[in-house]
Amino acid sequence: MNDFVNWKIGGEAGYGILSVGILFGKFCTRNGLYAFYSSEFPSLVRGGHNTVQLMAKKNPVLSQHSEINLLIALNKETIEKHLHELSPDAAIIYDSKEFDLKGIKLKKSLVLIDIPLTEIAEKHGKKIMRNTVALGASISLLELEFNELEGLIKEAFSGKKDALIPINIAAAKEGFNFIKNRNIKFNYKLKAQKKKNNIFINANDAFSFGAVKSGLKFVAEYPMTPSSSILSFMAANELNYDIVVKQTEDEIAAINMIIGGAFAGARSLTATSGGGFSLMVEGLGLAGMTETPIVVVESQRPGPSTGLPTMTEQGDLSFVLTASQGEFPRLIMAPGDVQEAFETGLYSFNYAEKYQLPVIVLLDKYVSEGNTTTKMFDSNKFKIERGKLLSKAPKNYLRYAFTKDGVSPRVLPGTLGTVYKANGDEHTEKGVSDEEEANRIEMMNKRMRKLEYLKKEIPEPKLYGDKNAKTTLICWGSTKGIALEAIEELKKHKIKANLLHYNFIFPFKEKTLLKLLKKSKKVLLVENNKTAQLGKLIAEETGIKIKNKFLKYTGRQFYPQEIVKKVRSLK
Amino acid sequence: MTKQKLECFHTKENPTWCPGCGNHLILSALKKALTKMDLDPTQVVVVSGIGCSSGLPHWIETYGFHSIHGRAVPVATGVKLVNHDLNVFVVSGDGDGYGIGLNHLIHAMRRNLDITYLGHDNQIYGLTLGQTSPTSERGAKTVSTPHGSIETPINPLALGLASGATFIARGYAGKTAHLADLIVKGTEHKGFALIDIFQPCVTLNKVNTFEFFNKRVYELTEHNPADFNNAFSKSFEWGEKIPIGLFYQTKRDTYSEDLPQLKETPLVKQKINNVDISSVLEKYK
Repeated sequence: MNDFVNWKIGGEAGYGILSVGILFGKFCTRNGLYAFYSSEFPSLVRGGHNTVQLMAKKNPVLSQHSEINLLIALNKETIEKHLHELSPDAAIIYDSKEFDLKGIKLKKSLVLIDIPLTEIAEKHGKKIMRNTVALGASISLLELEFNELEGLIKEAFSGKKDALIPINIAAAKEGFNFIKNRNIKFNYKLKAQKKKNNIFINANDAFSFGAVKSGLKFVAEYPMTPSSSILSFMAANELNYDIVVKQTEDEIAAINMIIGGAFAGARSLTATSGGGFSLMVEGLGLAGMTETPIVVVESQRPGPSTGLPTMTEQGDLSFVLTASQGEFPRLIMAPGDVQEAFETGLYSFNYAEKYQLPVIVLLDKYVSEGNTTTKMFDSNKFKIERGKLLSKAPKNYLRYAFTKDGVSPRVLPGTLGTVYKANGDEHTEKGVSDEEEANRIEMMNKRMRKLEYLKKEIPEPKLYGDKNAKTTLICWGSTKGIALEAIEELKKHKIKANLLHYNFIFPFKEKTLLKLLKKSKKVLLVENNKTAQLGKLIAEETGIKIKNKFLKYTGRQFYPQEIVKKVRSLK
Repeated sequence: MTKQKLECFHTKENPTWCPGCGNHLILSALKKALTKMDLDPTQVVVVSGIGCSSGLPHWIETYGFHSIHGRAVPVATGVKLVNHDLNVFVVSGDGDGYGIGLNHLIHAMRRNLDITYLGHDNQIYGLTLGQTSPTSERGAKTVSTPHGSIETPINPLALGLASGATFIARGYAGKTAHLADLIVKGTEHKGFALIDIFQPCVTLNKVNTFEFFNKRVYELTEHNPADFNNAFSKSFEWGEKIPIGLFYQTKRDTYSEDLPQLKETPLVKQKINNVDISSVLEKYK
């Protein structure tokens, strides 16, 4: 008997696939279990093939997994497409009144469960409620209690659609009972655990909570998958926290508005994906030149151009490292999971304001929309730090004064006793445009000096696992959880491996890396892109080229099992 | 309260515009208007983009933001949303505001933020030395249209009317007292004030000169600014007689007034410590 399940539901867009996945994840979380959600869907509002995968077990789940144990097929395509992902003893829940299994080669060991999903759904309401029936059936098959589901359905529909509550509960219950009365042999069971103070959340929301907690006041954003839920989160909560949220005419407006907002003194945020970030690039340089503290979230999806708009990739690191003409300091963060995304939200504005520079936060579809069970966020240690922000202007105030650390004291427009110009042209300490060589050198040095101090303040990449292991994985951003699960699984194959994960990418920290490279015999770079972009940065910063690379650019993140296989094949 | 003197707005640095450029006169009208309204220089922010006119913030002793080409409006929007106590001005040329930045201008007008927009309109690209502009007349010979422009020019006033601007006026650099008066009215107006300003370029535009405008412009006197339709037809009057003055004015809540978040105090003055996220986080359990 296995005490986990990797559950998958598939069907057309518009069938409520994504929402039932979230509901199941919350259900597991409320039962003291851990869940990890990942979805795949085409760029369509209706139609096309949608799936949600949810790994659930009693210990923390850090990534998606490849082998499916329970498949809910709302159409025939789901079985055809995902048959090869099933474990030999997997169960398939389907409705023979909707489609037959003719022409599909099914292993004898599979458990076929034929439920009249449509009939039950229509008996209580509409066909669209098949997802709820299937969820009821799933939890029954896993031998979990029904109770928590009732509460969740109530919460999901309360207020707006109260009439849907009883019919959905009834439909779920009938799906639940259908299985319960049949004594089906299934090798995967979940047992409710002691209640924990856990939440089920994705990185977009986690980052947003962190940003709000840190005193965010102004958001300007143009919607773009997979960053759009940051805009809707902020809009939904704007009156709770007195934040002004502006949907702009384009991404150019978005970044320039937050530059204006940050100049005027509010913690200001924008979020986008690679395409929108391309439009923001000139504004990014303006923030660099005027030393305006802004935070830009770039949730990556595969390019170039529109690329695979609803899929995932880590393809924009090289781009954001040098985006915009000229040279100016910037901080690039790439949180690896929802806890780190929350921390990034919390601290990014401190960094932006202390060093008066743009902060770029790299997420991707996999974490932006990948809900995970995690412990309740803790911000007790957090303190707002606004750096050299003065409430009164000193005598002979100079906005761009030369200082040891490159950071000049800042006053906000409206401050009595002085005035100044923020200037996108090269300028003097006062902010006056100036093209003299001597001033140019001083100003460039002053701005770039901030990087040296920032580099000292940010943490080294984190090393996970045995520090003396002979095999080392190196990755950044959202690949973290997958690599961590791979390390665990490698133990079963008697391979000791550790992981060096870059959460803060630039300015680049090399100390831990260099130490590690001396010890490890086998080093594998794992990146969700084509050209090993972190690898290129490592080579640029240290002169070291990492030979072994495991790269995936299919529009999907890795599975731990793929990494395990790759590590085992290393000579 | 001490009365502001005109000299308060003078900077140590001198403008680098060509001698005789219309921008000198617009700067002078703006300073006069600020003085007349008794505005404290520290409570004024002048935001500009790129182009000859966009150097202006450097030569007026207020807070300023010299941004990038076409983006003065979004920068100013951010400033105003974060601190609506400030008096925010946008200074933009015809290329900057009606060309590369036009998208932002249209949206700013429909939003009705309380911003005063000065569109320095010389119907030519100055800083890049004489290319055609969105307001160049059909047939205008420039370095990029040596055979004459074959495009119909943008009509900023008609565009303002169509986009929901609540204050639409046209001034002329050659009539600084009249222009200063328009700037005062536009600033005192609650909402987005679009002031298009004829600003002869003495170096590169040999057609739309001071002489050209002196002969043609006349001040609107009989016109009722509440009359939208008449304002629209007046905005197309061009040729021997060209009207200047207030074309249209109407009342509508400003963007900031419609935001409950800004009811009590500007964003920048709100406390940001001790934000409690715990109750919303409960929903994720």
